[in-house]
Amino acid sequence: MTVVATPVTLTPTPGAAMTDAEVHRIRNDFPILGTEVNGTPLVYLDSGATSQNPLSVLEAEQEFYEQRNAAVHRGAHALAVDATDAYEDARAAVAGFIGARTDELVWTSNATEGINLVAYAMSNAALGRGGEAARRFSIGPGENIVVTEMEHHANLIPWQELAARTGAELRFIPIDDDGALRLERAADVIDHGTRMVAFSHASNVLGSIAPVTELVGLAQAAGALTLLDACQSVPHLPVDVKALDVDFLVFSGHKMLGPTGIGALYGRRELLNAMPPFLTGGSMITTVTMERAEYLPAPNRFEAGTQRISQAIALGAAANYLHETGMERIEDWEMRLGERLVTGLDAIAGVRVLGPAAGLPRIGLAAFDVDGVHAHDVGQFLDDKGIAVRVGHHCAQPLHRRLGLTATTRASTYLYTTTHEVDTFLEAVAQIRAFFGAR
Amino acid sequence: MGSDLEQLYQQIILDHARARHGSPLQDHTGEGVMGESHQLNPVCGDEITLRVGVRDGAVSELSWDGAGCAISMASASVLTELVQGLPRDEVISLVDTFREVLRSRGRIEADEEVLGDAAAFAGVSRYPARVKCAMLGWVALEESLLAANT
Repeated sequence: MTVVATPVTLTPTPGAAMTDAEVHRIRNDFPILGTEVNGTPLVYLDSGATSQNPLSVLEAEQEFYEQRNAAVHRGAHALAVDATDAYEDARAAVAGFIGARTDELVWTSNATEGINLVAYAMSNAALGRGGEAARRFSIGPGENIVVTEMEHHANLIPWQELAARTGAELRFIPIDDDGALRLERAADVIDHGTRMVAFSHASNVLGSIAPVTELVGLAQAAGALTLLDACQSVPHLPVDVKALDVDFLVFSGHKMLGPTGIGALYGRRELLNAMPPFLTGGSMITTVTMERAEYLPAPNRFEAGTQRISQAIALGAAANYLHETGMERIEDWEMRLGERLVTGLDAIAGVRVLGPAAGLPRIGLAAFDVDGVHAHDVGQFLDDKGIAVRVGHHCAQPLHRRLGLTATTRASTYLYTTTHEVDTFLEAVAQIRAFFGAR
Repeated sequence: MGSDLEQLYQQIILDHARARHGSPLQDHTGEGVMGESHQLNPVCGDEITLRVGVRDGAVSELSWDGAGCAISMASASVLTELVQGLPRDEVISLVDTFREVLRSRGRIEADEEVLGDAAAFAGVSRYPARVKCAMLGWVALEESLLAANT
């Protein structure tokens, strides 16, 4: 039995740019997008927080439970074999989607767990776990970890904790008043004591794209490992881990049309196989005595306990859906939407957009401040019109503080967002200051 | 404009959000006992620092500094007007009444006789995500009174 769910998009000519007409066809694959809120059609502009699911993803999960539900990598019965095949096919689909080898993709609950996995593996190595082979992951006093000032808390706090556990120093590459990374400072921040450079590929607040080549170059010259938080890039633009040349990369399934509860960690094969495990238990071992255990190679050595099988299979279906639509085409569409958001917001008096100015590269999202109106009130006003946006600090308090803000509003698009939705949103934002009497 | 939104953001709320009675924070006059509390809503970063003076068992002074949404700021402003000179016990019972209305999901009507201008916040009870905003200053007062009592 083959198991991979078939994508259901009506695929247009490969290479042709996406149009509103195609987006309307795509939307038919997403049942929730037909929802009404407060008597008006839902305008979902919160895909940066979580994306919606096409039928092929929902069906893949249901089909698994209806036809193949069994524990994987154990049991000799037919269902167990089927389930294992489907689970590993999904791994191959998701690994292929980012240009990784199948055994270089570890399932996690989400990107946060992926980052914690690496951080804890490093402190386990610092305690001597993993022996000589794991020395390259060890970290301690006099050494440092480097992040940037714009990181999501998920790519900050695990490193704060690693530093606290090991006595290492946590450093950051600063941003300027406009939120741009001060790359000229990176060469000072990253030095011979740096063991890890971890940064986001695309900022969840600013929408800017990191200078990956430059940062990876500096890290490699310093002999440091690299980890890329790709939560806002893997779902929205073509990502090839080998071209990026990073050591680790993490992303979450629910931001790329998949279900919650599943994400992935990519790691170079030789690194994963030398790295001590984080979570331990069943399914990740070869030989176990009462005193000690030997561990499987990657990816299984990092997948202790019964895994998120149906979610992994559904994420495989999501990757297939995105691949069929074409990541270059999706990237192009969303960048056009991002540009439309920024130029539209710039034209509204009292609105300040964070991140790159109009005309500069940005993914399809925009966070902004409305002078005199708190983000929470902005979000409430938009919700009344059926427009869903994110408000708050978007899990990036240090970034907001640096820009002199506590909370902003973020509109984020995806392949199913129409230009009409962006325009509806912009028209609503234009009314906000008057409604609240802001002067 | 949806009438739901106007129910939530009544004019009196929008006015108080701008006027902010009781803000900024004042130094304690030194008469009676003083209590202070800082409250933060980690979801949106709204925060408030509130200082209360209690003399002869009643609120003799109240001031605050805050940053946040219209609901949280207006609510603290209305609160300041409402509790000046009230006995401590009455204030505590008022906070409980307000909390009960806000958590009722629209089931409990706000009694204007009891809550005064704060009755305007009854609409918030239909928006569970905003209840914390409306309660921010009130929780700060509750905590400040506790601090003043010890």
